[in-house]
Amino acid sequence: MYRRLPERTGMAARGEVPFVLNGQTVSGAEGDTVAAALLALGHDACRGTAVSGVPRGPYCMMGVCFDCLVTVDGVGNRQGCLVRLRPGMRIETQDGRREVGR
Amino acid sequence: MRRLDALDALRPDYDLVVVGAGPAGLSAASEAARHRLSVLLVDEAPSPGGQIYRAVTETPLQNRAVLGPDYWRGEAIAASFAASGADYLPQATVWHLDAERCIGLSLNGHAATVTAGRVVLATGALERPFPVPGWTLPGVMSVGAAQTLLKSSGIVAQGRVVLAGCGPLLWLLASQYLAAGHPPTAILDTTPAGNWRAALGAAGGFLRSPYLRKGLGLMLRVRRTVKVIGGVTGLSIEGTEAHATSVTYRRSGQDARIAVDHVLLHQGVTPNVNLANAAGCAFVWDEEQACFRPTVDDWGNSSLDGIAIAGDGAGIGGAEIAACAGQLAGLEAARVLGRIDEAERDRLAAPSRERMRLYGRGRAFLDRLYRPAPHFRQAHDDAVACRCEEVTGRQIREAVTMGVPGPNQLKAMYRCGMGPCQGRLCGLTVVETIAAARGVSPAEVGYYRLRTPVKPLTLAELASMPASEADRKAVVRI
Repeated sequence: MYRRLPERTGMAARGEVPFVLNGQTVSGAEGDTVAAALLALGHDACRGTAVSGVPRGPYCMMGVCFDCLVTVDGVGNRQGCLVRLRPGMRIETQDGRREVGR
Repeated sequence: MRRLDALDALRPDYDLVVVGAGPAGLSAASEAARHRLSVLLVDEAPSPGGQIYRAVTETPLQNRAVLGPDYWRGEAIAASFAASGADYLPQATVWHLDAERCIGLSLNGHAATVTAGRVVLATGALERPFPVPGWTLPGVMSVGAAQTLLKSSGIVAQGRVVLAGCGPLLWLLASQYLAAGHPPTAILDTTPAGNWRAALGAAGGFLRSPYLRKGLGLMLRVRRTVKVIGGVTGLSIEGTEAHATSVTYRRSGQDARIAVDHVLLHQGVTPNVNLANAAGCAFVWDEEQACFRPTVDDWGNSSLDGIAIAGDGAGIGGAEIAACAGQLAGLEAARVLGRIDEAERDRLAAPSRERMRLYGRGRAFLDRLYRPAPHFRQAHDDAVACRCEEVTGRQIREAVTMGVPGPNQLKAMYRCGMGPCQGRLCGLTVVETIAAARGVSPAEVGYYRLRTPVKPLTLAELASMPASEADRKAVVRI
């Protein structure tokens, strides 16, 4: 699990960013990437791999490993660590390989 | 600086296109714009800073003691870029570069190309892979990833957090977690004991390095609070399929196990080479840093005319050297395009050259001390080497016994390196595993041959590209 540092450690207050994760309305913080918001919500894994289907989560957080792949607003295989969270975004975790058109 | 939010705001061509907004890229762009070149800086991240100064203009962590003074040095570099006349395209992907300096970009589901008189690649470094059993489990990430979460969102891993590996970044993150009130549970130090002997030969330079006092102070602070277990020669991470639960480490021939909620791995950084490799720049194997790096001259010029490489992408030197190398590449662009003469370039470059000498002093010592053990650089039999296609160290060794000589031939057997990351994370592991199995140098094995698109591009993005009449005639039957 990950946690956000409290304000007494010198954290500036950040606005909430509501978004939809697998059909449920949840929220992240302003400035989060999609991958950071998912980790803060307790999702250490965000996908099942395309080959064996085992759970995976972000490893590098800088656009290298492609282990944070999620579906963003209907577009599959987006790198969650590079996409900034926006209000109302629809995020789906991915289970296995993508199909044509997703 | 003019911030662009869409590709149609781009000019069709620029004097200079810089790829990457870390210290090297920001400095190159600022310097070139100062000499009235038209400059475009393209970057993947939402704000400038690269990895070392990640989110420096917008981090929520305003208590400067947590991330430390070295992080905040990035503020001045970002501010000088913000005051420059350069165009800045953040959150964009560069998926193509060729010898004619045509650059393929994508942003928000659209793609376009621009051409450049000069290109500076400032693609920086990435963390060396750490292919031990269990490193793919959720709950395991790299030290750099944890640091990115801290810098850009003020998020820390909580519970029993174990850092494992070697290198300056490992100690830096431990001290930042400490300053944030979240000391890690333990550090498993894998620095090979024999490295001290090799490093002592280069200690003279390090004794005069600005990094010496900083580094020692930081390690002492961490050691006072955090349990450090040195001499670790073996590592594996166990857990359920859904999460890591323990780490087993080997020390003095004995195995011991600790329960964990998170494991953060790190064993140094290596140049991020994909774009330069795909463009066709010449590379060499650097034995001292155990990685491939592009060949560049004193001004960062690669083997391809008009394409320079500055910063850690040309060989690991750290943030201070990267910023200087960026400035030199910017000056060289201004000289080649006729804005300044050679004497003026050399005069303006002198302070940066001096600074590079100062900060270069301790590099050989750090390279030798933190050189990871060969068995941690090669994939363990039971570890996944290629995370995308889930190919193990054992499979690679079996392929070598069947006559596979290098990484490009391995693709045909296992699709190794052909998944979405395009070999970024497995490249060095695969090369070093094959080289050891064949008993030859990685230089002889060679690296992946990479091609456009250097990052995944959707067909919709490709189809969105502006097409000329000639393009249409090439595919439409008349």
